[in-house]
Amino acid sequence: MALEMLYFAWVRERLGRGSERVDPPADVVTVAALLDWLSSDSTAHAAAFADRDRLRAAVDQAFVPLDAPVVGAREVAIFPPVTGG
Amino acid sequence: MIRVSVQRDPIDVVAALAGVEADGAGAVASFTGLVRADDGVGILELEHYPGMTEAVLTTLAEGAASRWDLLDVTIVHRVGPMEPGERVVFVATSARHRAAALEACASLIDRLKTEAPFWKREVTADGARWVEARCGDEDAAARWR
Repeated sequence: MALEMLYFAWVRERLGRGSERVDPPADVVTVAALLDWLSSDSTAHAAAFADRDRLRAAVDQAFVPLDAPVVGAREVAIFPPVTGG
Repeated sequence: MIRVSVQRDPIDVVAALAGVEADGAGAVASFTGLVRADDGVGILELEHYPGMTEAVLTTLAEGAASRWDLLDVTIVHRVGPMEPGERVVFVATSARHRAAALEACASLIDRLKTEAPFWKREVTADGARWVEARCGDEDAAARWR
């Protein structure tokens, strides 16, 4: 289930990249589980995703809560709360 | 007509307003957001989520046009680096009468601030920092939903 991860604002800065292609195992079914899986063998990801209250997500360009499913998603974006306008 | 632009170029308010006035409306309301010159901010940088941003702004504009029976909605949001005094965002609405145009314009800027994927970064003499979201912005947006 390969998908594209996108990162914005300080999440992008802390990871040192704006996107990456990942292929999580089948038991990773939610955004939160995806963050756990990415954090499991990368200290950079673990640090960037440590404070879940400060993270927001979009799946296929729609805002979702972190417990939303990612099964079948093409694109998952992780970012802080938005501050436009 | 719905017009949405996310652009690095400066916002031309005169041209944007002329477009909104062209459809024979009785009332045009607009909001312009500027980079504040406070807190020693030298540069404000705007990052966004290409693709999703335009889709969200279009959805908000279509929703407002339907709810307030608008003739036109224009939303222009700048991205990239800007200096104090420059325009960050411009929203304009037109309707037959002023109440609809004014309310719709207020709702659009309130909802844009909490629902469109933009992020602000302030650069000062002491370094750069990402702007934190404000609770008051969420309250302002919630009253229109």
